[in-house]
Amino acid sequence: MASDIKILTDRINIPGIETFEVYRKNGGYEAVEKALKKMSPDEVVEEVKKSGIRGRGGAGFPMGMKWSFLAKPEGIPRYLVCNGDESEPGTFKDHYLMKNIPHLLIEGMIVSSFALGATKSFIYVRGELMYVIRILEKAIEEAKNAGFLGKNILGSGYDLELVVQPGGGAYICGEETALLESLEGKRGNPRNKPPFPAVKGLYQSPTVVNNVESISTTPWIINHGGDEYAKLGIGKSTGTKLISASGHVKRPGVYEIELGLPVEEFIYSDQYLGGIRDGHHLKAVVAGGSSVPILPANLILKTANGEPRLMSYESLSDGGFATGTMLGSGGFIAMDETTCIVRNTWNFSRFYHHESCGQCSPCREGTGWMEKVLFKIEHGQGKMSDIDLLVDVAKRIEGNTICPLGDAAAWPVGSAIRHFRDEFEWHITHPHEATQKGAVFSNESILV
Amino acid sequence: MEATQLIKVTVDGKTVEVPLGTTIMEAARMIGPEVAPPAMCYYKPLKGSGGKCRACLVKVAQGSEKDPRPMPKLVASCITQAQDGMLVENFSNPDVVNARKGIVEFLLINHPLDCPVCDQAGECHLQDFAFEHGLGTTRYEEERRTFETEDIGDKIQLNKNRCILCYRCVYTSEQITDSRVHGVMYRGDHAEISTYISKAIDNDFSGNVIDVCPVGALTDKTYRFKSRVWFSKPVDAHCTCEKCSGKVNLWYKGEEVIRVTARKNQWGEVEDFICNDCRYEKKKTSDWVIEGPTKTPRHSVISANKYGSNTIKKPEFALKFAAENFKNIEDQREYNKTLEEIKKSEDYKSLMSKNKALLSK
Repeated sequence: MASDIKILTDRINIPGIETFEVYRKNGGYEAVEKALKKMSPDEVVEEVKKSGIRGRGGAGFPMGMKWSFLAKPEGIPRYLVCNGDESEPGTFKDHYLMKNIPHLLIEGMIVSSFALGATKSFIYVRGELMYVIRILEKAIEEAKNAGFLGKNILGSGYDLELVVQPGGGAYICGEETALLESLEGKRGNPRNKPPFPAVKGLYQSPTVVNNVESISTTPWIINHGGDEYAKLGIGKSTGTKLISASGHVKRPGVYEIELGLPVEEFIYSDQYLGGIRDGHHLKAVVAGGSSVPILPANLILKTANGEPRLMSYESLSDGGFATGTMLGSGGFIAMDETTCIVRNTWNFSRFYHHESCGQCSPCREGTGWMEKVLFKIEHGQGKMSDIDLLVDVAKRIEGNTICPLGDAAAWPVGSAIRHFRDEFEWHITHPHEATQKGAVFSNESILV
Repeated sequence: MEATQLIKVTVDGKTVEVPLGTTIMEAARMIGPEVAPPAMCYYKPLKGSGGKCRACLVKVAQGSEKDPRPMPKLVASCITQAQDGMLVENFSNPDVVNARKGIVEFLLINHPLDCPVCDQAGECHLQDFAFEHGLGTTRYEEERRTFETEDIGDKIQLNKNRCILCYRCVYTSEQITDSRVHGVMYRGDHAEISTYISKAIDNDFSGNVIDVCPVGALTDKTYRFKSRVWFSKPVDAHCTCEKCSGKVNLWYKGEEVIRVTARKNQWGEVEDFICNDCRYEKKKTSDWVIEGPTKTPRHSVISANKYGSNTIKKPEFALKFAAENFKNIEDQREYNKTLEEIKKSEDYKSLMSKNKALLSK
């Protein structure tokens, strides 16, 4: 049912696409010409609204709506910031885009900045990807020489300066307000909201923060129209999405799929992941990056009502957190029966413990506590009461923190216990076996 | 200019009219301490403080008159603006009470609970908070994070074990002094308040960080172990000082001034920051003009008699429990055989004869 249309990755295999000449020859920067010469900023915003595209960073908030919330007071500059701090375990799509087709992001930045009336825009890239930053800087230089950046772009009177800023490598700086703090040169602590960045963001000015993938989609929307984009996808999940697939599948990698593709087709079709590696069975899937709830194989392929589950915002979250999950940032991690869910949960938890900014108490203290208890269980020193303790601690972190990192730390733990409680219990009742290398308890009835 | 618009806010069934732009916390404080949410990090005189400790979480049951939807999550009352017709549930909502129990637990898991040797005990906000909103037990069995105590300057001691990272001292040194050498390093639960490379805090108003600290992390070394707070009497006094307002509290033990602090209001917030000369150097009654005993109600679990016999579980319970369980223990070790049996044994006899031989030499 899903078409093979590619919006972001159609040109990615053309040799030399990272250079300006090749990109321009292959239809690059046409959206800039169209937008700046034939459209007004409001018309661009209108197209993006019509497209129904939802933020690709994880929360899935409609991008056009976010743009229309931007306050426009007189005499105060507005900023567009592109969030390229992709640090979610399991997600590597923005890295792939920026590395292979940097001009697509730059074209998107020009169009989006024009729409929002920003004359200085930032691309914040995580510090570990220094070579990607160099690629982007080179691409910006090329675009500037060709007259697509700088003063009076294409004679339209619109000026834009584009700055690439390396981050310090903190996961929390992917949260939009922490990113803005970091961009201002401060400690990357998330801000209290309200005020939202749309009112008071970077340097206390109205700011829009968008993901790399969202911004890279805007040139296509301008070229083909928002209505055309809205035809793709299913329901309110319009368009295509990059999924970075990893784990025990035959063909891991970054795939562009049309939203609404059945999960089963995505995993087993040869066009996509090609199935689980030979001789093994699917046990669990983390569908949208480490933060989203983990689901056992039967629930990821079919919803609790028995309907096939689709790769879309609505279908994946069908059933709430009891039997559903989230599309998140599209970090699709498939695990077969050799994966120990307890160890996996501990590993995620260790990550959030390490990356908590330490500003608000539930997250600062709770993430460390959960990690320590999970470590004990994984290493055969747990007690039965520890399982309920974990559930309770996760519940007390969830929703009570300044930023979503607290939720992101609590969800994997809560869902792992909800769906794989028997594995936690096995670790406690079989402490000796649990500490053996490679020992995994998998309930065979849930494997697919 | 137009008169400020007044809005109606209801907290736990009590309504108050406040100017537009007031936070829920301030509105609740106007009603009175019986509905005011606890605050561990929020500090009205310090700009930007609040939102961190999550102790003041409340449930907004009705957003406003115009938009009566409830807010989906609990909100931090210290940073959320009140709206006209807002209904706030504080102590009356079980979710809030439960969330606060969680916050107490989180704040205490890495706190040393060394109140018996802590100078802050008796005026410690965490002590009050834990007592009023927490549970008497803990479920934390892991190792606590520990640090060495550190001196920042010759008058202030920093005990990071007790710190709850409220950032108040950071805001203080940022906002009332010119240079800041004091901030938060690292992140997560390994974050710590510190001066850069143990640099001393050296300015005329550095002592105020002691007053703003809600716990005993920053303490006055000139007052160290001199008295428990509840054995000393606060007196309002003032002096003419070139640097500060000179309005202070003198803390007397007998005839001796053992401590000088800034005056605090009902919520434990400093009214006027004072300089280090007033705080550390002027410790004689003759340096001051006495105004009379401090009238502000003291924020202390001890003055409120919460450690009284009626409110606390007595240790008899534990003693009984121990005694009952002790009975069940059967000691089956070797040395517990009757003495008579041992005396009959050959080993004992030979040992005693050796001893005698040794003694007679």
